[in-house]
This record gives sequence, structure tokens and C-alpha cells, in this order.
Amino acid sequence: MKPAAFDLLRPDSLEEALQALTAHQEADIKALAGGQSLIPMMNFRVAQPSVLVDLERIPDLRGIEEDGDWISIRPMTRHFEVKASPVVAKHLPLVREAYEHVAHFTIRNRGTLGGNLSHADPASEMPCVMNALDADFVLQNASSVRTVPAREFYLGPFTTAIEPDELLVQIRIPKAQADERFAFEEVSLRKGDFAMSAVAVRLAFDGDVCRSAGIALAGVAGTPVHAEAAEAELVGQPVNPDAAARAASSMIETIVFEGSANITAEYRRHVTRVLIERAIIRAVASPRI
Amino acid sequence: MSDTSIKLTVNGEVVSRAVEPRLLLSDFLRQDLGLTGTHVGCEHGVCGACTVLIDGRSARACLTFAAQIDGSSVETVEGLAKESGALTPLQEAFRDSHGLQCGFCTPGFLMVANEYLRAGGSADRQEIREAISGNICRCTGYETIVDAIAKVAGKAQDDRR
Ligand SMILES: Cc1cc2nc3c(=O)[nH]c(=O)nc-3n(C[C@H](O)[C@H](O)[C@H](O)COP(=O)(O)OP(=O)(O)OC[C@H]3O[C@@H](n4cnc5c(N)ncnc54)[C@H](O)[C@@H]3O)c2cc1C
Ligand code: FES
Ligand code: FES
Repeated sequence: MKPAAFDLLRPDSLEEALQALTAHQEADIKALAGGQSLIPMMNFRVAQPSVLVDLERIPDLRGIEEDGDWISIRPMTRHFEVKASPVVAKHLPLVREAYEHVAHFTIRNRGTLGGNLSHADPASEMPCVMNALDADFVLQNASSVRTVPAREFYLGPFTTAIEPDELLVQIRIPKAQADERFAFEEVSLRKGDFAMSAVAVRLAFDGDVCRSAGIALAGVAGTPVHAEAAEAELVGQPVNPDAAARAASSMIETIVFEGSANITAEYRRHVTRVLIERAIIRAVASPRI
Repeated sequence: MSDTSIKLTVNGEVVSRAVEPRLLLSDFLRQDLGLTGTHVGCEHGVCGACTVLIDGRSARACLTFAAQIDGSSVETVEGLAKESGALTPLQEAFRDSHGLQCGFCTPGFLMVANEYLRAGGSADRQEIREAISGNICRCTGYETIVDAIAKVAGKAQDDRR
């Protein structure tokens, strides 16, 4: 058998799951969501948890709801459900668009949004999208609940603000406003693979002038990169192709690009510049919601 | 580490077993049930050879613990052909179009193609390529696999007209 032995808990309620996390603190206990990132790591024995808490049977951890100006997505909602959701298509066009790049059919059938965000793969699309949209992550342990903004959630590769006794229980994402425009661009080896470089863009306008911007990158560092240098070039002025090019050029100056198995540092730098520029131009031209 | 009792349906038959939690569905099917049609290539989710249907949706058997899917219904490649040995139209099309050479990847491709066709997938080659994007074939170059799926999808489209 590939994975090391472990005990499996299958609680029916969130309370039970949180109590189990508290009770087994010394035991290297881990949550099991869709298993599409955790089980490969266990098969390699990179991860050898001694207890797994399967979140599958907890009804409170599923579903997509409107909540005033926010959309609330529970963590065990599967990728395919988020991708197909009419609520997401209507209110979160950037999430919908970026989902075209997240994994393959078969992986999306089992993988969950919460597992994806908690896993914190630096080349993963959704952490970057949540950064650009300024989403909030709700974390809960047996005694308390706290909210961590997406920009403070990612601490390093595969490392988040989730404490060992906590679960991600809700993802709160602001609804798209009528004056906002979005675009997502990515380069990967094959469609559905992790990003070699990707960019998520949110621009808000006051007439022609960019009022605020949220731009984030994936695949270029250990965490999603909040592209402040690019945002600074855009806010307070009309966004034309020149401004997009300036934003892209100034942004890549702030990053030390690295090569990996399939891509040189030089190429990653080049595509990142092109993708930022392209996404900004496309966002400006994208239809109103 | 205590065993977990599970009860599931595999190709229409009810199966009850006590399993170690770490037992992968791929090993459960191949070793406990002798259903060796589900192949294991990479065993970490990359190749798709182990693809089965769980409650009608394709899934990597190597990225699923058997204990996780207690109560579910699993379909494997063995469930496709009739007991008489008669092949399904999709299997026939794979044979006619040379959609397989060594056959290692074939069970996985058949299962994702099945999911695609059941959902009413079209004969559009780009859509078919996307549906099979998670599966790797080292022999055919994919064109003949797309041919086979397009043939069945096209026929289903004509029949619906
Ligand atoms: C072939 C392949 C291709 C893929 N391509 C992509 C891709 O292009 N882009 C992409 O983003 N992803 C990709 N993935 C990964 C996929 O999106 C996973 O579904 C996702 O990363 C993990 O979600 P999961 O539900 O499977 O989580 P699991 O694997 O079950 O868990 C992942 C981690 O999160 C923790 N966790 C899960 N839920 C919670 C919770 N509620 N609270 C706290 N911690 C929790 C677990 O303990 C574990 O550490 C790919 C995977 C494969 C196998
Ligand atoms: S054996 Fe499961 S994906 Fe390769
Ligand atoms: S037929 Fe040999 S791997 Fe596909």
C-alpha cells in the first residue's frame, strides 16, 4: 500500500470535526476534503498524517449562497459545482472565467474549493483570484471564529494562516459591481495543468477613470503575488494600452523570477509581462455585468 | 489502525468489506475484487489510467480511499461490455478507429468518454479534447481516440434529431 497507515474519522457535524482536531493535536491530524492534492502527497509519503478527518458528511460545509453584497461558498463545494453555478456566473465572473483553467473534468469532480484554497499551491488559480477580489476566509476552531483577508492568508508555499486546530469553514467573496471589469489569463503546459504564470485582474471605474484595481499573480512566487506596482500605474487615470504596458513592465521589475522543470526564469518573466498587459486590456473591453 | 466497514455497489453488485483506511480504491478494485481492468500507471493522479465512475462521475481511483466512498456506486471498465462479451458502441468505435495500441490507458479513456457521452457531449473535436485532457496515452497520439469518441457522439446527435 502506498500511503502510510492512518485512522479515519468521518464526523457528521462541524462541531464533531472541530472537537476531533482539538483532541488529536499531537497526532498530526489533517482534514480530508476531495483528496486530490492530499492523497498524491500521501501516496508519495511526503505527507504521513496519523489521523484524517473526512469532511464529506458535514452538510454545513457545502453550498453557495447570496448574502447581501457577498457570495458565500462553503469549503466542501466541489470544483465542478462552483464552475457550473449560475450564482457564481452572475456575481463572480472572474471566478467563473478562471475555472476554465483549474484542473481536468475528473479532478474537478472530486476536488473542492476549500481544499484547493487550503492547500496553497503557489501555481494554483483560485488563491490568486481570491487575492484579486479581496475575499475573506472564515476560520473556525472548537471555541472561536475569525476572519482572515485573502491577502493575509497565504504565508508561503503550501502554508496558510489556518492553525492546526482550525478549519476553513466559509469563503466570502464580494459580488461584482456594475462599474467593475475582470479578466483572467494563464499559460500552462496543457490546459488544466497548474499555471506557469497566471494573472487575475479586477478594475473598478468612475466613468473612464480607474477608481481601484485588484491584480494578483500565480505561479511566479511562493504565494499569490498582490501586484501593487501594476495597480499603482492604473489607479486615477483612464486605462489604455499604454497604461497596461506600463503597469506590466513596472510589475515584473518587482519580482525575482525563477525557472522550474518546464520553464526558464527568462520565459516566465516574459509571459508574465505579456499576460498582465493582455489581461488589463481585455478587462477594460469586457462586458458590463 | 482500525479497519472501516464499507458497503458499495460495484458494477451493479453489492460489495461489503472491512478495509484499512489507507486502502486506495484502485487497490481495492484490483486486489480485493480482482477487477484488474482498472489500470494503475502513476498512482498520483497524473495519468488517468485508473479512472472509474463514482456515482456516475469520473474519478481517479488512485486518489480515492475505498473507505471514503462507503455507500457509493462504482462503475469500472468491466461493467461496460455485456456478459455475453458484446462490446458497447464506444468500445467498438475504439476498435474500429484504432483508438488503442498497447491498451494500457484505454480503461481510463473509456470511462471519461462514457461520462462525456452520457452528459450528451457533442462531436466537436475541441470539446472532446478537453474532456480527455486529464488522461495520458503514450501510443496513439490521441487523434484516433478523438475519432472514436466523435463517431459515437455524432451518431447520438443524429439519433436525437
Ligand atoms: C492531475 C491534477 C491536476 C490538477 N490541476 C490543478 C490546477 O490546474 N489548478 C489547481 O488549482 N489545482 C489543480 N489540482 C489540484 C486540485 O485543484 C485539488 O482539488 C485541490 O488542490 C485540493 O482540493 P481537495 O478538495 O482535493 O483537497 P484535499 O486534497 O483533500 O486537501 C488539500 C489540503 O487542504 C487541507 N484542507 C482541506 N479542506 C480543508 C478545510 N476545510 N479546512 C482546512 N484545511 C483543509 C487538507 O488537510 C490538505 O492539507 C490538480 C490536481 C491533479 C491531481
Ligand atoms: S494511476 Fe491514477 S492517475 Fe495515474
Ligand atoms: S494505447 Fe498505449 S498508452 Fe494509450
